[in-house]
Amino acid sequence: MSEAQTTTHETIDEDRRDFIHIATAATAAAGAGALAYVFIDQMNAASDTKAASSLEVDISKVPLGGEIRVLIGGQPFFIRHRTEAEIRSAESVDVGSLRDPQTDDERLVPMQDGSLNRAILVTSGSCTHLGCVPVGPAQGNTGDYGGWYCPCHGSHYDTSGRIRKGPAPSNLPVPDYRYVSPTVINISL
Amino acid sequence: MSGHPSTYEPKTGFTKWLDSRLPIVRLAYDSFVDFPTPKNLNYWYTFGGILAVCLMTQILTGVVLAMHYTPTVDGAFASVERIMRDVPFGWLIRYIHANGASMFFLAVYIHMFRGLYYGSYKAPREILWILGCVIFFLMMGTAFLGYVLPWGQMSYHGANVITGLIGALPVVGDSIKAWLMGGPSIGNQTIQRFFSLHYLLPFMIAGVVILHIWALHVPGNNNPTGVEARKDPEGLKKDTVPFHPYYTVKDAFAIVVFLLIFAAFVFYMPNVLGHADNYIEANPLVTPAHIVPEWYLLPFYAILRAITFDIGPIDAKLLGVIAMFGSIAILFVLPWLDTSKVKSMRYRPVARQFFFGFVVAGLLLGWCGASNPDDPIIPMGSDKLVVSYTDANGNEATQTYDEYEPAATFRDQKVEEGVDASIAVQKAPAFRFVHLAQILTLYYFAYFLVILPLLGLREKPKDEPTSIHKAVLGSHDRAAPAPAE
Repeated sequence: MSEAQTTTHETIDEDRRDFIHIATAATAAAGAGALAYVFIDQMNAASDTKAASSLEVDISKVPLGGEIRVLIGGQPFFIRHRTEAEIRSAESVDVGSLRDPQTDDERLVPMQDGSLNRAILVTSGSCTHLGCVPVGPAQGNTGDYGGWYCPCHGSHYDTSGRIRKGPAPSNLPVPDYRYVSPTVINISL
Repeated sequence: MSGHPSTYEPKTGFTKWLDSRLPIVRLAYDSFVDFPTPKNLNYWYTFGGILAVCLMTQILTGVVLAMHYTPTVDGAFASVERIMRDVPFGWLIRYIHANGASMFFLAVYIHMFRGLYYGSYKAPREILWILGCVIFFLMMGTAFLGYVLPWGQMSYHGANVITGLIGALPVVGDSIKAWLMGGPSIGNQTIQRFFSLHYLLPFMIAGVVILHIWALHVPGNNNPTGVEARKDPEGLKKDTVPFHPYYTVKDAFAIVVFLLIFAAFVFYMPNVLGHADNYIEANPLVTPAHIVPEWYLLPFYAILRAITFDIGPIDAKLLGVIAMFGSIAILFVLPWLDTSKVKSMRYRPVARQFFFGFVVAGLLLGWCGASNPDDPIIPMGSDKLVVSYTDANGNEATQTYDEYEPAATFRDQKVEEGVDASIAVQKAPAFRFVHLAQILTLYYFAYFLVILPLLGLREKPKDEPTSIHKAVLGSHDRAAPAPAE
């Protein structure tokens, strides 16, 4: 063995060390990331929570001029049976003057035969301001526009669930729903 | 204080043996017995000790409550009632825990205002102040989580409002909200994770408290003059006294007085700081008429609701959230906003006025947070009733009344004629709570962003004493007693 060979064994191979450092750090970072993903993702909705996210509702049971309230996955929804006067007042609004312009027709879902059931309005039951549940006909207060009134910060919704007055930025959202039959709707989150 | 040599001398064979292996007695001795402390600390400086007692009280009572509490939507409310009725002394332990939270915040606010007044956030104590802000933020998180656990109406709907705030964030808001709640709404999974985190956070607070005390013991205490204790052995001896017995006794006395007030709440008015609605079990379909957080969060709630206008593409809701979190975040950078070299407001006659204005603004913001934002403070005229109807030509027309009777008669008359008519209230112009909250919010931010930065450059401070020792003797020399602070 020559002397030159011995010295090469004793010198430090910087490139080799750098490679080992980078490889070690990268492996550790990947491991930390993989572990963090598990611990973050466990807080997302569990399968059983996701499964409980749709409901069939018999709309023939909703009294005229009244509403029923259902909870789907803990979120409230309103199903309102509107009177002729309420439908007329919802349709006669100048859409251009609204904060969140939508016609009444745009807020309805056609039945299986393609026609609109104007008497039944389905909306979310969470005020778009901060998520309070507005009061309606059953609580004896429908606000200045005959729809709903949110007691928390004074938002008024009309008979189409559109925001008319108060701090809420947008209309009560129409949930994803469809007519299963003329009297049964299926609402899903 | 760093640089102060340890004076601990183990006396017995055991303490000598221990000291060479784990010098824990030495650490305690140097930190809490022979720790040089400015000799002029007043009672505002006892709240650190009081807060330590508060944290220990909350952890002790909380651990006990967790032995009896059930973190499920079906069991939570009932288990709290069981604690109140059936568990031996459960009522006492729960009332101590619930009122203890209020006492904790009372003390922390006084402690923070003390720091603001005497400039305790300035160099070399920036990290100490920031750690305190971290503790405050963790406290607010812990209090929010804990308030959800009894699963009353205010618990549920308050949590709904707060998680709704996170949903206001653009793009990622909804997914973060669903992630926090563990589903589309606050449910069983939410109460379980909130319980787990409510148990965890106090121990994180305890960890940061250790860092806070460590950061305090490096430069040593600030004091009412804001003049640092001298470093040379002779000056240090003149400016400071050992922590024990001087401040252990002073702190103990303040703690006893504080506990008397605490006990008055627990035994004579245990629910006065709470909300009756929270004794109704949570019902997702019915929102309480007036959702308010606990009193200690009211000023921040008022700032949230004060923003009722959009700025450019940012809507009012998101702006409110930004303002609310901003009002806490701004505390973290305060050491670099205040440009004055003088620490104590005693020697800053102008800043002092603005400081007292800030205290008043904080209290009034709390009042705004507790009130309905649309309620008038100063009414200008009286409310009117407006009857809207369709006239003979088919145009929208209105008629205004002061009294209900004639308005109702007119409406009924129109309805009988077969015309749609309705009555609405037209609110009189007024100076409302929302207006007051907007002015106060402006002052809150101006205090940190405009007043403190500019005043430090312009204000002519009074002469500071040359040392703590001189300041203490000076007040003895004066014929008239020093003004109370």
